[in-house]
Amino acid sequence: MKRFLPLLITFIVGFIVISSEFIPHKPFNSINAGLENWFMIISGFAIILGQLSLIKVNSSKIINKTQNWQYYLAGMVSFFVMVLCGVLWGTQDAPGLLGNGTLVSSWLGVKPFEYLFNNIYQHLSSTMFALLAFFIASAAYRAFIMRSFESNLLMIAAVIVMLGRTSIGTSFTAWLPQGWRFLHLPNIADFIVSFPTNAAQRAIMISAALGIVGSSLRILLGIERSYLGGGE
Amino acid sequence: MSDKQPPKQIDRRYIFLVLLIGVTIPLIFPLGFKSEVSGLSKQVYKLVEETPANSTVIISFDYDPATVTELQPMAKALIEHAWRKNQKILALALWPQGVQMAEQAFADIIKKYPDKKYGIDYVNLGYKTGGIVTIQAMGRDFKEIFPTDLKGTPYDEIEILKNVRNYNQIGYIMSLSAGDPGLKQYVMAAHDMFKVKVSGGTTAVSTPGFMPYINDQHQLYGLLGGLKGAAEYESLIGVKGTATSGMDAQSIAHILIIIFIIMGNIRAYKMRKL
Repeated sequence: MKRFLPLLITFIVGFIVISSEFIPHKPFNSINAGLENWFMIISGFAIILGQLSLIKVNSSKIINKTQNWQYYLAGMVSFFVMVLCGVLWGTQDAPGLLGNGTLVSSWLGVKPFEYLFNNIYQHLSSTMFALLAFFIASAAYRAFIMRSFESNLLMIAAVIVMLGRTSIGTSFTAWLPQGWRFLHLPNIADFIVSFPTNAAQRAIMISAALGIVGSSLRILLGIERSYLGGGE
Repeated sequence: MSDKQPPKQIDRRYIFLVLLIGVTIPLIFPLGFKSEVSGLSKQVYKLVEETPANSTVIISFDYDPATVTELQPMAKALIEHAWRKNQKILALALWPQGVQMAEQAFADIIKKYPDKKYGIDYVNLGYKTGGIVTIQAMGRDFKEIFPTDLKGTPYDEIEILKNVRNYNQIGYIMSLSAGDPGLKQYVMAAHDMFKVKVSGGTTAVSTPGFMPYINDQHQLYGLLGGLKGAAEYESLIGVKGTATSGMDAQSIAHILIIIFIIMGNIRAYKMRKL
């Protein structure tokens, strides 16, 4: 029964959702609307679950003083400071438990949550993403080597697209006469992205979609049961 | 056996340093390279341009500060263009931090358009979890999904929302998307199910993944790809923003990466010769 009931619920719910796509009339559409609302409510709770999981995983690492436990501590402190600022004084438009924190806000210029978000979180987050450029440059030097026909093709395409997507690349071939505009770097880059890349993307998307249909059917029919847990 | 020594690999710290200098200089002293506007950006521009005045449009902020360099200039340019055309903007976010991104974008652009009023010309509906299901549910009833705006004002009391019930009253949707949920979900749910016009912008790295949606069915009306897309849109609306100035730095970074690739290949060639 412990396994049969979830499988039955999954089958019925899946059947209703699929049916509502093909029969957008009562009762399928109204049941589907209710299920959509349930999904959004459960998604909201999933955020809380995620936060609890974060606290649990990090605190156990801090308590057990695993390797680099100081970083986990820094993460936890940051998490609680942000949560506290949001809960106590609210965000830009919404007041918190202590109202709008006029005194603190007048000192900082904005509410504490906004101050931390704008001046710390935003810059740290952008920095992390920006660091990728340095690693890409280093990796390009080490790994982008001509070894075979395929790797040569990949590299030539990459160089053309990279140049075609920059302002400086445009100026390299800007002198070409109108009749030769198809050889203009941005045009070649657009061609590569619009045709060969697009064709490959479509193939990947169609394959992935077929895979999703297959695995969804396996779940609905109870063949795939790993989502129930228990290692079966 | 050859007694030649294999060529040394460049210390990665030098690569980092050269790139840092190469990116920083154009940011301080702009080089002013001219950029051509692609057809994809022109399609986005045309969509905004051809949408009638007083239409209500959606700008969805589906990104976080990590991708702010590429997507925030797009957001600002799109808000400015929509306001120039007297369109009314519903801002919402499928990413939690998107709410702050929207607030910042509006705060910047409102300085140029002080006559635009919150609740009349634009509204921030805030973040909603649920991804594609939320987009799907919005096609049924906006009020059910967003009973209040970010400030807690009830839906019925917001002037801009008085005649908006679902996608039928929406001119177009622009999703500025850094991943999932985002533009792809709007195409699948809002366009494919409710036939609303969808367009938007993505980071450069994910742009090729959206190309299949630009087709005869107009699943996507154009696309702004990365910083270049943002710079192109700024150029189309005649604004010199952060994307335009950032393009010089990106151009130098790309050239440097190509130089590093060439150097790496010369080294590999020499290694093979040994």
